[in-house]
Amino acid sequence: MTNSVPEIGQYSDVIFIIGSNTAECHPLIARQVIKAKERGAKLIVADPRLTEMANKADIWLRVPAGYNISLINGLLHIIVKENLYNSDFVQNHAEGFDEVARAVEDYTPAYVEKLTGIPQQDLVEAARFFGRAKNATILYCMGVTQFSYGTGNVVSLSNLAVVTGNMGRPGTGVNPLRGQNNVQGACDMGCLSNVLPGYLAVTDEKNRARFEKEWHVRLPSKPGLRIPEIGDAILNGRVRAAYVFGENPVMSDPDSSHLRHAFEHLDLLVVQDIFLTETARLAHVVLPAACWGEKEGTFTNTERRVQRVRKAVNPPGEARDDWWIFSALAQKMDYGRMNYLHPQEIWDEVRRLVPEKFGGISYDRLEKARGISWPCPAEDHPGTPFLYEGGKFATASGKANLRPVFFDPTRLPEEKVKQFKHALAGKITELPDEEYPFTLTTGRRGYHYHTGTMTRKSWPITQVTPQQLIEINPRDARKLGIEDGDFVKLSTRRGSIAAKAWVTERVPEKTVFTSFHFWEANVNELTINSTDPVACIPEFKVAAAKVEKITPAEFQAILQEKKKKYLVDLEEEVAGQSKSGRREAHV
Amino acid sequence: MVSCSEKGRTERVLTVCPYCGTGCGLYLVVEDGRITGVEPDSLHPVNEGELCIKGYFGYQYIEDDRRLRSPLIKKDGKFTPVSWDEALNFAAARLAKIKQESGPDAFALFASARATNEENYVAQKFARAVMGTNNVDHCARL
Repeated sequence: MTNSVPEIGQYSDVIFIIGSNTAECHPLIARQVIKAKERGAKLIVADPRLTEMANKADIWLRVPAGYNISLINGLLHIIVKENLYNSDFVQNHAEGFDEVARAVEDYTPAYVEKLTGIPQQDLVEAARFFGRAKNATILYCMGVTQFSYGTGNVVSLSNLAVVTGNMGRPGTGVNPLRGQNNVQGACDMGCLSNVLPGYLAVTDEKNRARFEKEWHVRLPSKPGLRIPEIGDAILNGRVRAAYVFGENPVMSDPDSSHLRHAFEHLDLLVVQDIFLTETARLAHVVLPAACWGEKEGTFTNTERRVQRVRKAVNPPGEARDDWWIFSALAQKMDYGRMNYLHPQEIWDEVRRLVPEKFGGISYDRLEKARGISWPCPAEDHPGTPFLYEGGKFATASGKANLRPVFFDPTRLPEEKVKQFKHALAGKITELPDEEYPFTLTTGRRGYHYHTGTMTRKSWPITQVTPQQLIEINPRDARKLGIEDGDFVKLSTRRGSIAAKAWVTERVPEKTVFTSFHFWEANVNELTINSTDPVACIPEFKVAAAKVEKITPAEFQAILQEKKKKYLVDLEEEVAGQSKSGRREAHV
Repeated sequence: MVSCSEKGRTERVLTVCPYCGTGCGLYLVVEDGRITGVEPDSLHPVNEGELCIKGYFGYQYIEDDRRLRSPLIKKDGKFTPVSWDEALNFAAARLAKIKQESGPDAFALFASARATNEENYVAQKFARAVMGTNNVDHCARL
């Protein structure tokens, strides 16, 4: 996030939530939004689904899945036409305003209504709220990023924030709500194939030299493979060994059956985890890891706040900290610069190597503080809750770069792109057709988390949400003879799953929604691995699908198939082999 | 720094929720060396003394009987518990062989948005410094 979470409750007077089911997926951030509303802040929500946040919104823009750019360009059109932009900010702190203003000329309220069905009056009112706000903030999530034009979606949101001058002050900004406890930290630590820790590009010799000196090796300069590329790289023989730790890609990755098929062709699959996950069951070697509550270290939340996590109990059996396992394996492979004894030593190495971001965040300071947000270059630096103070941006010119973004559902608007400098464009990869007439969109449920490895082992949670449900609009259900609770089969060109139907107005007509929490009906067997050309993020949020009513017997047959496919019995079987009990001593 | 509960004592250990990216502060309640509950941190600036259902009840997996307790090697198609030494030797020998035969880029590492900063740092260092490849990525890509 550019800004911190408490600023929402304290300073924001307009909150624009787009592509985020905040109440279910980030409940305590939703609480800050409610806190702001209680102060009189206005809430605009753009989402195809009637989520809890949409229900609480002053204006709900029911944008169809995939049409964000049309909507945002529509808001910009009104803001420019009605002179609601911040001309001082645009002049002094941004580049490319004229290009963007010209690019959004076509996106009149009438045109946007024709494309998206959003009533013109709602769009105009939303633009006026946003344009007139003292401090407007944008909160977004995977409903913005998970498209083959996810970068375009994010850039258009950044255009909106910059044009209205909502950057570099408390309660403003462009704020991705990151999904996992330490997804921010894993990125910060260089677990991306193009950057070293601290986002230092691997292609830059100076960056590599910094790490080569400390690590005593020559480092590779070519960016590596990105996750959606790995399946094909295995199948064409480029990748022979994979090592997976704390991730369950055969459940969580798009077109998961394809990746699963690829994993079965590996010469070596090492999986390091806390349970025998769907991915671990395919491994040649499984390494048992200590989990949260059993180890020391730090997590970095969505606000860039580095926080201490602490050990409360010993890990079970022979399970060990992940850092210990990597260090032990490195030593077996004759690498001598990974002989760590405690996570603090590792963190101090990070601080030494990337002082400009983490230098001032010591374990000593974290003992007393409820986290410190990076960049924090020195021990006497307070940290940085919000970025770009005074409109100073991290670009060569110090100004924000505005870029036109275009969208056409059916074909890339290439001729438009040619008329502008640095324009981006997007189209939907797989639109509904006669055979697959529905738009399938995916996400999480409030009570479960991702592939269910952890939450499906909590009885209060499984009691509340015991099974997969497929949301379908009542008008569609009626046409197909489906009643609430009937079994349905949901298919795309990649595969089929079966679950109970939830007949509900939460989804618009011709759209179905379901989650990836349950192996019994994992929606990622259906999603499409079509990726963004810049970020390589897959299009989880739109695929063409069909829905059929099935009998309970047909459902049971599909369930048995899935049980076999995911080797479900293996987890209990392996658990039965080893004795229970926790380790006596500390690692 | 390490605060493990001893027999007969109840302790509260301050930490951060392991679920979404909000990073709410919470206390783990530890009795006789086992986690028995969770309490929200009222001084945390983000969650201000509140938690969601996952924060309150999501910790139960820690004590689940199905936790992995031993390294396993698949022998003749069947997972067999082995020592750390055997598991690490097995992985190290095969990784070295594949690297020698097919080069460093025949290896790919999926890192973890669930693990700590320190663990992710060490993981990418393993991929880059030990295996010699930038094939390290994680689900932030997704």
